[in-house]
Amino acid sequence: MLAPEKNWWKPMGRMEKSWLTVAFVWCVFLTVMMPLWYFYGKQNVPTETYKTSPADYGAKVNAFVEQYTIGTDEATGFPIVAAPPGSDVYIRASTWQWYPILQLEKGQEYRLHISSMDLQHGFSLQPVNINLQVIPGYDYVATITPTSAGEFTIVCNEYCFVGHHTMVGKVFVTEEK
Amino acid sequence: MASLAPTTPWTEGAKDDYRGCPVTTLKVDMHTERLIIANAVMAVVTLALGGIAALLIALTRWQAIHLLPAVWFYRLLTLHGIDMLIAWIVFFEMAGLHFGSTILLNARHAAPKLAWTGFIMMTVGGLMANAVVLFDPNSNVMFSAYVPMKAHPLFYLSYILFAVGALITVITFFINIVTAKREGRFTGSLPLVVFGLMTAAILATYTLLEGAAAIVPAFFWSLGILAEYDPGIYRNFFWGFGHPAQQVNLAAMVSIWYALAQMTVGIRPVNEKFSRLAFILYLFFINLGSAHHLLVDPGLSFAWKAVNTSYAMYLAVLGSMMHAFSIPAALEIALRAKGYRKGLFGWLRNAPWGEPGFSALVLSMFLFGWIGGVTGVTIGTEQINMLVHNTLRLPGHFHATVVSGTTLAFMGFTYYVIPLIFRKELKLKSWAKWQPYIFGFGMLLTSMGMIVSGLQGVARRNWDITFAGVVPGTVEISLAVFGVGAILAVIGGIMYVTIVLTSILTGPRLEASNLLLLTGTHNPIIDSTKLTDHQMEDKQNQPKGALVLVFAFLVWFAIYYFTNWWLLGRTWFIR
Repeated sequence: MLAPEKNWWKPMGRMEKSWLTVAFVWCVFLTVMMPLWYFYGKQNVPTETYKTSPADYGAKVNAFVEQYTIGTDEATGFPIVAAPPGSDVYIRASTWQWYPILQLEKGQEYRLHISSMDLQHGFSLQPVNINLQVIPGYDYVATITPTSAGEFTIVCNEYCFVGHHTMVGKVFVTEEK
Repeated sequence: MASLAPTTPWTEGAKDDYRGCPVTTLKVDMHTERLIIANAVMAVVTLALGGIAALLIALTRWQAIHLLPAVWFYRLLTLHGIDMLIAWIVFFEMAGLHFGSTILLNARHAAPKLAWTGFIMMTVGGLMANAVVLFDPNSNVMFSAYVPMKAHPLFYLSYILFAVGALITVITFFINIVTAKREGRFTGSLPLVVFGLMTAAILATYTLLEGAAAIVPAFFWSLGILAEYDPGIYRNFFWGFGHPAQQVNLAAMVSIWYALAQMTVGIRPVNEKFSRLAFILYLFFINLGSAHHLLVDPGLSFAWKAVNTSYAMYLAVLGSMMHAFSIPAALEIALRAKGYRKGLFGWLRNAPWGEPGFSALVLSMFLFGWIGGVTGVTIGTEQINMLVHNTLRLPGHFHATVVSGTTLAFMGFTYYVIPLIFRKELKLKSWAKWQPYIFGFGMLLTSMGMIVSGLQGVARRNWDITFAGVVPGTVEISLAVFGVGAILAVIGGIMYVTIVLTSILTGPRLEASNLLLLTGTHNPIIDSTKLTDHQMEDKQNQPKGALVLVFAFLVWFAIYYFTNWWLLGRTWFIR
C-alpha cells in the first residue's frame, strides 16, 4: 500500500527464481498437452461446421428420417432412425425436444450433425458426458464412434427458456454385429 | 478514540476538503469518502438481494427440497447472476478504485461530479435490471442472455446504463492518478496495491467496450431495429466482456490480498519487480480467456481455441502462480521476522487467525487457488472442456473463484473500511471473527457439491434434472452437500450484512484509533515500514514454508489435471 523505494527493479531471490522456473515449465507442459492430444488422442472437439438455416436443416432432417426410420418409440412417438455405419446422421434441437431418436452400432463411425431450429441449446450426452454447444444457423458435425452399447440420454444443458429441463432425447447403441 | 479531525482546505483557494486519517496518517478526500460510502452501500444492498436469490435457488437444486416452481427458479437465477457477478462486485471495485486513486496516493479526487454521474448510472442500471427480471415474463434469460432468446429492451438498456456508469468511474480513476502525479502528491512509482488496481482498471476499460459491442446491438435487435443478430458472434463478444470481467475481479482481488496482508501482518512485498511482472502478465494475456466459453462451439478451429484458451501459453496462469508464492512468502518473512521461526510452519501457527482480515485473506487465497484455479485451468483445456461445458462443474469452478475468492476477500476488507472510511466503530466483533470461516467453509461445500455433481453429468441452469432419468443416486448426495454449503454460506452472508448495517447505522461517528480490529493495538502498516533489508534477507527468515505450500499446490494441480485426461480417454471417440 506504500510507495516502493526509488529503485525497486532488483534481481529476484533464489526461491522466486526456482518457483518461477518450475511454474513456467508447468505452463509450457499444459500448453503442449493440447496439440499432443489433438494428434494422438481419440477424443477431440469437433471443428467441422457449415452455415445453414433452420429451414434447410429441417428439410435435411426430414429426408434423413424418411429414408432410415426403422420404428417408433412408444414413449414419445418419435421415429427411431438407424442409418448404416459411416453415414451422416442428424439430430434437430428445438424448444423443447431432440428429434429423432438415433440407433447406432457400437464400434462404428458416424457423422453426427447437430443444429437448432430456434434458440441456442446444449447437446449433453449422458452418461458418457459429452457436451457440445448447439447454435441456430450452424450445422455442427461431430464424427463419433460409440464405445459402449445401451440406451443413452441427450439432456439440454444450455438454458432455452422455461421448459428447458423437459428437453430430453434418446440415443440407442446396439452391440457390434 | 480521537475526536473528529478538522477538515482543512486542500490547496489554497480550492473547494476540496480532506481530513487526516489518525491511523494511517493518510489524507482522505471528503469526496472520495462519500463516493466510497455510496458505492459500498450499493454493493452490500445488491449482495443482500443476490443472497436471497442464492438461498432460494440452492434450495431448489437440492433435489430433496426442490423449493421453487420452474419459472421462479429461472427468474431468480437470472437475478442472482446479475446482482452478484455484476452489481455487488463492480460496486465494490468502484469503491476500491476511488480509494486507490486518491487516499493511497495522498491525493484529491479530481473528478467528483463525473464519479457521481457514473455512480448514479450504475445504480439506476442495477435496480432497473432487477425490476425487469422480476416483473417482465420474458426477461428470465440468465445473466448471459444468449441471442436469439429475446428479453425486454429495458433489460439490455439496464446493462448499458450500468456498464457506461462503470466506464465513467474507471475514467475518473485515470484522471485522479494523472492529476495526483501532476500535482506531485506522490513521487516515484505507484504503490503495488494501486498498480494492481490500475491493472484492473485497464482490463475493465476494454472489457466494458466489448460489453458494449455485445449488448448495444442486442438492444437494437430487441427493439426490432436490427433484424438479425448472429448468435455465434454474440457469444464471442459477450464473453469478450463476460470473461475479462472476471479478470478485473481477479486483479482487484489480488490487490486487496496485498493490502490485507500489509494491514493485518505488516508484510513488505518480497520483490516488487516479481509482483508487478505478475500483474503485467494479466494485462497482456488474460483477455484471451474469453475463448473458455467457446471451446465446444461450432465454427472455430482447434488452433484458435488452443492458443486463446491457454492465454497464449498459460502466461496469465503464470501470473497467478507468481502471486501464489509472493504473498504467502511475504507473510512468512514478516511473521518470521517477528520471531516465529520454529520449523517450516511455526509462522503459520502464530499468525493472527482471529483477525477477520487475515482469515479472509488466507481462506480466499486457498479456495481461489486450490479449488478455483485448478478447476479453471483444467476445464479451460480445449479437449477436457467437452466433459465440463454447461455442467454444474462450471458454476462449481467460478463459485470458488469469484465467491470464495473475490467476495470473501472483499468481505474481509470491508471490516476495515467501516472504521477508516465510514468512521464508525465495528459492531458485533465476535461475529466478524467467525464470519470468514463460516462463509468460506460454506462456499467450499457449495463448490465441491457442484463440482462432484457436474462430474456425474448434472447440467447447470436446470430446474429439475430428474426428468432426464439418467442421474446416478450419488448425485442426490452431492446436490445435498451443495445445498448445505449454500445454507452455511448464506448464514455467513447474513452475518456480513448484519455486521455492516449494524455498524454503519448505529452509534456515533468516531475517528478510528486502531488498525487491527481484534488482535492487538500495534499498527501493521507502520510495522511493515520497519522491516529492514537485512531482516528480509536473513537466512532464518526465508520463506521455506511458503515454497513447500506452492509445491504441494502443484502436486494437487497435476493430480486433478491428469485425472481429467483419464476421464476424457474413457468416453466415446469423437473428432
